[in-house]
Amino acid sequence: MFYTKTILNKYPKEQRYLLAVLQDIQKKYNYLPRGALIMVQEYFDVPLSKLYSMATFYKALSLKPKGKYIIRVCDGTACHIRGSALIIDEIHRLLNILPGDTTEDGNFSLETVNCLGSCALAPVMVINDKYYGNVTPALVRRILKEYGGVNCEHIQEKG
Amino acid sequence: MNIFKRKVKKTVLVCCGTGCLANNSFEIYKGLKKKIEDLAVNVKVRPVVKATGCNGLCEKGPIVTILPDDVFYCGVKVTDVDEIVENTVLNNKVIERLLYFDSAKGKKVRSHKQSEFYRKQLKIALRNIGQIDPGNIDDYIERGGYSALRKVLFKMSPKGVISEVERSGLRGRGGAGFPAGLKWRQCAEMDNFPKYVVCNGDEGDPGAFMDRSIMEGDPHSILEGILIGAYAVGSEKGFIYIRDEYSLAIKNMTKAIEKAAERGFLGQNIMGKGFSFDIEIVRGGGAFVCGESTALMASIEGRVGEPRIKYIHSTEKGLWGQPTVLNNVETWANIPVIINKGAGWFSRIGSKGSRGTKVFSLVGKVRNTGLIEVPMGITLREIIFDIGGGIIGSGKFKAVQTGGPSGGCIPESLLGLGVDFDSLNEVGAMMGSGGMIVMDENTCMVEVARYYLKFLSEESCGKCIPCREGIKRMLEILEDMCTGKGREEDIELLLEISETVKEASLCGLGKTAPNPVITTIKYFRDEYLAHIKDRRCPAGICRELTVYYIDRDVCRGCGLCRKGCPTEAISGEIGSRFTIDTSKCIKCGSCKEICRLNAVKVLGGAAE
Ligand SMILES: Cc1cc2nc3c(=O)[nH]c(=O)nc-3n(C[C@H](O)[C@H](O)[C@H](O)COP(=O)(O)O)c2cc1C
Ligand code: SF4
Ligand code: SF4
Ligand code: FES
Ligand code: FES
Repeated sequence: MFYTKTILNKYPKEQRYLLAVLQDIQKKYNYLPRGALIMVQEYFDVPLSKLYSMATFYKALSLKPKGKYIIRVCDGTACHIRGSALIIDEIHRLLNILPGDTTEDGNFSLETVNCLGSCALAPVMVINDKYYGNVTPALVRRILKEYGGVNCEHIQEKG
Repeated sequence: MNIFKRKVKKTVLVCCGTGCLANNSFEIYKGLKKKIEDLAVNVKVRPVVKATGCNGLCEKGPIVTILPDDVFYCGVKVTDVDEIVENTVLNNKVIERLLYFDSAKGKKVRSHKQSEFYRKQLKIALRNIGQIDPGNIDDYIERGGYSALRKVLFKMSPKGVISEVERSGLRGRGGAGFPAGLKWRQCAEMDNFPKYVVCNGDEGDPGAFMDRSIMEGDPHSILEGILIGAYAVGSEKGFIYIRDEYSLAIKNMTKAIEKAAERGFLGQNIMGKGFSFDIEIVRGGGAFVCGESTALMASIEGRVGEPRIKYIHSTEKGLWGQPTVLNNVETWANIPVIINKGAGWFSRIGSKGSRGTKVFSLVGKVRNTGLIEVPMGITLREIIFDIGGGIIGSGKFKAVQTGGPSGGCIPESLLGLGVDFDSLNEVGAMMGSGGMIVMDENTCMVEVARYYLKFLSEESCGKCIPCREGIKRMLEILEDMCTGKGREEDIELLLEISETVKEASLCGLGKTAPNPVITTIKYFRDEYLAHIKDRRCPAGICRELTVYYIDRDVCRGCGLCRKGCPTEAISGEIGSRFTIDTSKCIKCGSCKEICRLNAVKVLGGAAE
């Protein structure tokens, strides 16, 4: 919890910095560990319930640990009408996770987002920070293979 | 060094907007920069390579422009770097292959300014994007930046500024179109201090990215606008609320704030005129409802972003109960131009009730997707067919959706509509923040309505029962329709619930949530009926109501479709006919897209 302390020290003890602190912790751990929340509670002197209500309200915050690779599939309107649902389905088929879930081995988390600002390349998918445009189900399979996707071994490339 | 500097004849601009970055433009930027630096040893030319914001033509990215000749290259690859430097930068030779093909004219054009895509546009809010390096304040100043602030501080009274903005007729670009000047006046008239100014950069609409591009590509124009607003209403403290996912926007805005402070445009006693102002960035938490003004302020205060009742204006009691002006990113970016060129100039652009221009993100099934800025009043047809270049592929136009989840779908019969705040409201749609999504015959309107309601049901803060429960009920009905379980009375039921949700919700989210449903029923009732009565999805989108098959009379057995199929649902021998195993088919449509002979067909209605 060393990092949480460092983060807290950057901010004055005013309620308005609460969201920023939680976001910083989220960035560090990819979720909000309970221990960190208790430290935040003490620092700002707010009830833990308030922190939980923030954590469940804001999409950027998560109480569940996230995977090593975070797959974000854009389901903004542009991506949606160009087939993002198929991308999500394909990931579901390959990794057996739905948006919001993480694979059991902790390697992948799947999320949907509203617009990545690259609508021209729709549908768009991002893994950690790498963008993939014009994604098709076939491309998903190839990309996940690169990242060592769990259930991908049995899927052969056709050519 | 100076000798070299004077010899700089060319500027190479590499678009490093999100769209182009996704296509490797940063590598191109680095490549060009390195190549040019390497050459500088023995060649006395030293062009400046800049990373600019989005040019708007993302689809054709990465984009490289060479000034002053205005040579416009698109679809550039890392391997083109050497050729660009050697031919175009050093020898003024144009590389034909990289020029932009203007489909409206049917030929390649040398400068983007010659294309139809740009010809019908008028850039005010986007005036600098793609032309300057957002990280370099001098670029902004060279193009007249901060001269409006100077003019205001030296020559205008706060009241004068407000009446100038009022006379310009500028209406807020964040959706509702509230007159900006009026909002400022209300706030200026309050005499309790401190007062706050806020910039709404939350941009929660799915499929919209114009605010993001302005923040990324021209952050100083927003800052300058905010400074002018703050001076006018008497505020010394501002906040810019940016959604957390917009990391490049946050980075560029942060840098702009630092640079502006270094130059004395921010901080104490600005330009020695006794006006002091500070600004802070707040990262949004990724909740759509936080774009709503009162929720946004709650979020800045570090609370859960729930809207509150608005009988008291934020201009009276906003942030921490103090008078607050909140405007959208694009609204702020317009301000410096209005001050510099005058209210008269601005109000001559646009249509009667909506002055000036509007930025749209033109996306979906349209050929030239990207960011565009057009004078209000321009028709939908001009936007989609002249600027947008028409529908992708062989598809036929079906509808255009404006205003995001608060908006509606507009059918072909209304393509002649001049786009402004009031005309869009009249047809049941909305300006919203400026997402414009073009749909063709392969888009299912029932599914689109379902999509927006799904989005809204997840984003409703849950405070009002009509919004929380009504949207959910409507969603369930639409989900049933999309899976072939719709009942005839459902259409009327949807309209009935819509009325209640509109009437009884507290904030704009609930009040406008039924719009996508109402407009799709109004203009595309046939499609609803096809889903309900015939258990058929005419667009081939709703999977339970769609079956893909290969027309044996057309198929020549090339096998292309089989390669594209992710589930190995297609079988057949090369040279003979191919077939689809419907039990394996996930209805992704890849085969239909791939087949050159159009042999893959969609059979709507096979659910019976
Ligand atoms: C649910 C909801 C979401 C909104 N989201 C945004 C947004 O993302 N960006 C924005 O500028 N305005 C948004 N608005 C509109 C704002 O409440 C507000 O009217 C606007 O930011 C004021 O600025 P303007 O007058 O310059 O348009 C939203 C409104 C509602 C009801
Ligand atoms: S209308 Fe919906 S989003 Fe708005 S306050 Fe009510 S429940 Fe929340
Ligand atoms: S629609 Fe998709 S899954 Fe079905 S046969 Fe065609 S390519 Fe295969
Ligand atoms: S809608 Fe997906 S990137 Fe914009
Ligand atoms: S990001 Fe380069 S043109 Fe849009």
